[in-house]
Amino acid sequence: MIGAFVIAFREVIEAGLIIGIVLAATRGIAGRGRWIGLGVLGGLAGAALVALFAERISDAFEGAGQEILNAGVLIVAVLMLIWHNTWMAKHGRELAGELRAAGEAVRTGQSTAAGLALVVGAAILREGAELVLFLYGLVASGTSGPDIQFGALAGVAVGAATSSVSYFGLAAIPTRYVFSVTSGLIVLLAAGLAAQAAQFLTNAGLITVLDRPLWNTSAILREDSLVGRVLHALVGYTDRPSGMQVLVYLGTILVMVALMQVSSSAKRRQLRTA
Amino acid sequence: MAVLRRLLPAAALAAGLAAIGAPARAQELPVIKVEMKDGTITPNVIEVPANTRFKLEITNTGTSPVEFESVELKREKALAAGATSSIVFRTVDPGTYDVFDDFHPNSKATLVAK
Repeated sequence: MIGAFVIAFREVIEAGLIIGIVLAATRGIAGRGRWIGLGVLGGLAGAALVALFAERISDAFEGAGQEILNAGVLIVAVLMLIWHNTWMAKHGRELAGELRAAGEAVRTGQSTAAGLALVVGAAILREGAELVLFLYGLVASGTSGPDIQFGALAGVAVGAATSSVSYFGLAAIPTRYVFSVTSGLIVLLAAGLAAQAAQFLTNAGLITVLDRPLWNTSAILREDSLVGRVLHALVGYTDRPSGMQVLVYLGTILVMVALMQVSSSAKRRQLRTA
Repeated sequence: MAVLRRLLPAAALAAGLAAIGAPARAQELPVIKVEMKDGTITPNVIEVPANTRFKLEITNTGTSPVEFESVELKREKALAAGATSSIVFRTVDPGTYDVFDDFHPNSKATLVAK
């Protein structure tokens, strides 16, 4: 029962923490609840489909189907996060209520909320497929006792509760600072997801350079420990990153910070001439 | 400016993917079979060829779902009861790697590449 609890718990928080950040980052955008809800539903439906067709997906592309699908999902999520942060650099202060002219933010906020709904969907699709397989297997096989099924369901519930604590923690940050914090978290989140995508492409045989580990910190923090897994989901912690992963990680941070600078200085110019 | 903003992520992505090459063809791929059953992994020492492509064909013969995983090799594969699926490895350095069933804590095996 403890085993089932732990497995369900950690699969849920891996996606749940990402949803918490996204919810905090979209504070003040009208209609975000509907978009995030759609993302959750879409992600769950996608996860069920992936679990259902797991074997066929694996066999696609000469056995690299799962890796290519994962990489594709992650790249979409990274692009949406880059777009959101660039947009936020321009409109964050309007949403925080510091500027009175929030008209444009209200109008275009819908599309960035839609973009983040895709991120939520991607997170659930990635982590959810395993959870669906795990839970469905437990219930459908009929061989596991009620204590194991209870453990798994309790794991889902506690995982969801822990994830919502992360959201309320971020929501408690004063409005003036909350977007700086979420923007920073999203930069690291996107960099981590991009590095994971790079590894999937390496595993698929599509990237064939810089594939050796640069260092090994598994003696300090194992990636498969609970803390290691949470850091992996949030900031892309890997105990043996390849050269390509490090390169993509740093490159993503650089691109995002540069775009945010360009975007916020464009906004300042616009305010001055107005 | 708007164009630049749209182009930059694309350029970054292109740079990130610049190292993409054509996937090698799957001809006479050595197949190594692994059986997973409710927390046991057979064989317990999985011998694979080093520095070459091979396919690990994993079958879940138990009644519960399993997930073949190796953190060192950065690979994982979840399998429903009764399912068979495979992981294609492009190249593995000679050495010994820990593998485990992520859905059955305490299950352990090693993969030895020679």
